Amino acid sequence: MRLTRTLEERLVALYRQTKVVGGLFRSLGQEADAVGSAYALERRDILSPLIRNLGAMLVKGATPVEILKQYMARGDSPTRGRELNIHFGDTERGFIGQISPLGDMVCVMAGVTLTFKIRHEDRVGLVYVGEGATSTGAFHEGINFAAVQRCPLVVIIENNGYAYSTPVSKQTAAKQFVDKAIGYGIPGEQADGNDILAVYDATKRAVDRARRGDGVSLIELMTYRRKGHAEHDNQSYVPAGEIDRWERENDPITRYVARLTGEFEFTAADIDAVDERVRREVDDATDIAERSGPPDALDALLGVYADPPAAEPLWFREGSMGAVEVHERPEGWGTFNSSGESH
Amino acid sequence: MAEITYLEAIREALFEEMERDVNVMCLGEDIGAYGGAFKVTEGLLDKFGENRVIDSPISEIAIVGAAAGAAHMGMRPVVEMQFIDFMANAYDMLTNYVATARYRAFLPCPMVVRGPSGGYVRGGPFHSQNPEAGFIHTPGLKVVYPSTADDAKGLMKAAIRDDDCVLFFEHKYLYRRIKAEMPNGDHVVPIGKARIAREGRDLSIITYAATVWKALEAADQLEKEDGLSLQILDLRSLAPLDDDAIQATVRKTNRVLIVHEDTRTGGLAGEITARINERSFAWLDAPVLRVTAHDVPLPYAPALEDYVLPQTADIVRAARTLAAY
Repeated sequence: MRLTRTLEERLVALYRQTKVVGGLFRSLGQEADAVGSAYALERRDILSPLIRNLGAMLVKGATPVEILKQYMARGDSPTRGRELNIHFGDTERGFIGQISPLGDMVCVMAGVTLTFKIRHEDRVGLVYVGEGATSTGAFHEGINFAAVQRCPLVVIIENNGYAYSTPVSKQTAAKQFVDKAIGYGIPGEQADGNDILAVYDATKRAVDRARRGDGVSLIELMTYRRKGHAEHDNQSYVPAGEIDRWERENDPITRYVARLTGEFEFTAADIDAVDERVRREVDDATDIAERSGPPDALDALLGVYADPPAAEPLWFREGSMGAVEVHERPEGWGTFNSSGESH
Repeated sequence: MAEITYLEAIREALFEEMERDVNVMCLGEDIGAYGGAFKVTEGLLDKFGENRVIDSPISEIAIVGAAAGAAHMGMRPVVEMQFIDFMANAYDMLTNYVATARYRAFLPCPMVVRGPSGGYVRGGPFHSQNPEAGFIHTPGLKVVYPSTADDAKGLMKAAIRDDDCVLFFEHKYLYRRIKAEMPNGDHVVPIGKARIAREGRDLSIITYAATVWKALEAADQLEKEDGLSLQILDLRSLAPLDDDAIQATVRKTNRVLIVHEDTRTGGLAGEITARINERSFAWLDAPVLRVTAHDVPLPYAPALEDYVLPQTADIVRAARTLAAY
């Protein structure tokens, strides 16, 4: 959780220096739901994160250097500058990158876990959606398909109160999102998303069910988005005092530190040592990431397909030679023959 | 060897590929016990079992998305759209997710989305469409649309073996109306290569799918009545297009008619015309003309459908106009 927050704080600094090329998405106040749930998986399992699950990716082995390079659109970033923010994956390390249309990854992870089932592999999948994505057709079709096929899949709804500016009251008429499990015939559980141990326990129960062959589970994690949809968002739609209250009373890191020192005999020095290690790691990562350059422009044409491996540069682009420039003409073009016909 | 229909040729390709590679699986609505709405997948469940022939809920988004997820994990799913019209439901998944997977995430996505397409069958607005143009426009997808039984088999095998997503359009009017003898052995037709369906000198028709047969009828009539020699190019692959074959036929006959069953505006004929203009303008003796469907949804009544869709008589008339230009 500390690494997630410190890394995002570093990204804010880089964003203000205009080194982050696009938007910046924070998970401030939601770090526990991403980190606690990802820890419930084994190394061989696969998860698909959403925009506020940087913590889950870090648990799965994504590195701060990769995150920083990706945000800064560097040529040696995980997607070589093709995709934004935390949109990347690595099936070897066990995470598959999301796309922007919401709910789609539920369908994709249904297929990933269907494969685990068909091949009798002892592996489980975990997919995150925000509460807003439950309104999409893809969410519904994906979770229903996975439920019918009894895929080893855990679906986590992170209920952070807002989808961009839309509050829960305008997203659903259901009393709580976990009730949707009933309609799919699968177990549902709601947990305190800002209590990392509760998140871990709830996810672990669902992961164990999936691993036993008991199919899909739905978990609703109650949390709160303390920053806007992205850094540009001034959160004018949030009632006064709401953000402060969550920060003061329900910060997942503060709560976890209190438990570590209160119940588990960690000292303040132990906690400081973690914080210091994280700070050094992020400093070093920033130095490394800033040394990388932008991608070579021609790389944009590679790898749309396996075959053909590259798209052709268009003729009007400087340095390209195209059909029109070459002036292909039939033989005898522009001359008249004896009968006066042109060709 | 006995002749088999276009539909049987597709089924034979599915059988052979599933036997060859255990990673090939089928996914779709009513494809298992029932054998599919048109019976293309009949017998597959008995032979390969329900782990490899999966009856899905009515969820085009989910089956395309799940196929992509399975493809990332090393499977080669073949998804059936019960009617190709319903591919519109999965448009987001195909264009935003599947088409970009390799480029943005280096994720392999070898899968086929296949289904009955096209009109001339009194199917009405939602069982007759030719939605290929929207997908040809999307980098990352390949699109094939065979007109003969042997190409249907050979292209299906190529599509299943391709390392990217191939949309495989099957013309339902041709399913049981045409037959061919299958070539011996492992018959694979390469994606991206057109086929000359008829050699000729005076005028080229560039077309694909069911209108190949209408063009052939028109060519016979024009040869008999007008003494015209028509060359017919069957594109077979719509993405990637066989640009060299297109330019070659233009440069041979100098007059070109493009025929497709899809509607006119934004249809593939416009793209082909642009390519001819760019590369072979100097060889043209006449403007490139198009015979296409009218820009309306496809109606049900025979009198209406026949009016909207291109007919052999339309092709004859357009070809005469071109020849006289």
